[in-house]
Amino acid sequence: MSRRQTADGGSQPNRRDTLECMVWAGTGVLWAMSGGVPVARGLLGDAQAAAASDFSFLQMSDSHIGFNKAANPDALGTLREAVARVKALAVKPSFIIHTGDITHLSKPAEFDNADQVYAETALQMHAVPGEHDLIDEDRGKAYLDRYGKGTNGAGWYSFDDHGVHFIGLVNVADLKAGGLGNLGTEQLAWLENDLKDKSASTPIVVFAHIPLYVLYRQWGWGTDDGERALALLKRFGSVTVLNGHIHQLAQKVEGNMTFHTALSTAFPQPSPGSAPSPGPMVVPAERLRSLLGLSTVTLRQGNKPLAIVDTTLAT
Amino acid sequence: MAGAVMALQAHAAQDSGATITIDNFTFAPAELRVPIGTVVTWVNRDDTPHTVVDSHQAFRAKALDTDDSYSFTFMTAGEFDYFCSLHPFMTAKVVVTP
Ligand SMILES: [Cu+2]
Repeated sequence: MSRRQTADGGSQPNRRDTLECMVWAGTGVLWAMSGGVPVARGLLGDAQAAAASDFSFLQMSDSHIGFNKAANPDALGTLREAVARVKALAVKPSFIIHTGDITHLSKPAEFDNADQVYAETALQMHAVPGEHDLIDEDRGKAYLDRYGKGTNGAGWYSFDDHGVHFIGLVNVADLKAGGLGNLGTEQLAWLENDLKDKSASTPIVVFAHIPLYVLYRQWGWGTDDGERALALLKRFGSVTVLNGHIHQLAQKVEGNMTFHTALSTAFPQPSPGSAPSPGPMVVPAERLRSLLGLSTVTLRQGNKPLAIVDTTLAT
Repeated sequence: MAGAVMALQAHAAQDSGATITIDNFTFAPAELRVPIGTVVTWVNRDDTPHTVVDSHQAFRAKALDTDDSYSFTFMTAGEFDYFCSLHPFMTAKVVVTP
């Protein structure tokens, strides 16, 4: 089993744990697009203060419906808690972006349960698959039957909203031995064509399951040909890249590009290299909700960055 | 003669099963050497699913949840490189000897 920190394992919180807690304390991102650049905001605080003209959406990720192991015996329950927070938001977001691993094992009942709970938000959901969403016998049919309408290939697509161009990419299909996440030449050609006529001043939001840059190669936390996608995006003045997969917050700004990974609503994973493997991390029950959450992104008017706010289920 | 070979192989398969354990996102042993006719069984001991996929399509398990197992009988000699299609950094090999 992948056991590392256990509730009764006697591993006392050390300074490192405490620091991780502090970093994680602001989970759940409200992405606010402010003049084209996403800026993180506290889901409940700043989000409520957002101007009426602002446009915001949510990023939710890694709900892993069907997961019931020690790290969280009730992944559906914690998703319900997250959805309750969404319903309580003072400023209604425009939609939800789901960055993959809706289910744990791609079973019909898992997709059904997830759909039912997300439907309570009454918000449209734009999804991309995680690797856990493509492990049915038909390798992706279960996911595509539900979320694939109007998409290309394994489920990639783009759409426009409030002047922002959104691009959902799939980097979890047909992975090769020894490799990382992969987009493939067909999808990259599609992306090049999709961006061809876009002006460089169009704010871009890219979302995919596995981080597009290599965050930690030893655990497969990266995309082999992600650099090729990022090269196509270089000319744009504002690019926000939203990912999941690693079940913890990581942010990076590089030139005009902002990278953000969201929390899971199901279970935490260890920080890179801090455990023998990236599997589900068991933490004391009273700490679990401080490591789960969602994000709100707000676009503010007037060429300001998108605001991203992460919120945990404990706050 | 063919019947005798079949019987021999069936016998060998019964006697010479081998197990590969998946633990902490690792196949162990990373290289398994077995004679032809061996039934190799993979068991997932992680609390997350994994798959077992031959790099050249000789075999492919469906996703193995915790404690699920998958067996494949190796009837030809050679080196079989395989990996987990969910976590492709997980690679290993079975060497089947004549
Ligand atoms: Cu795996």
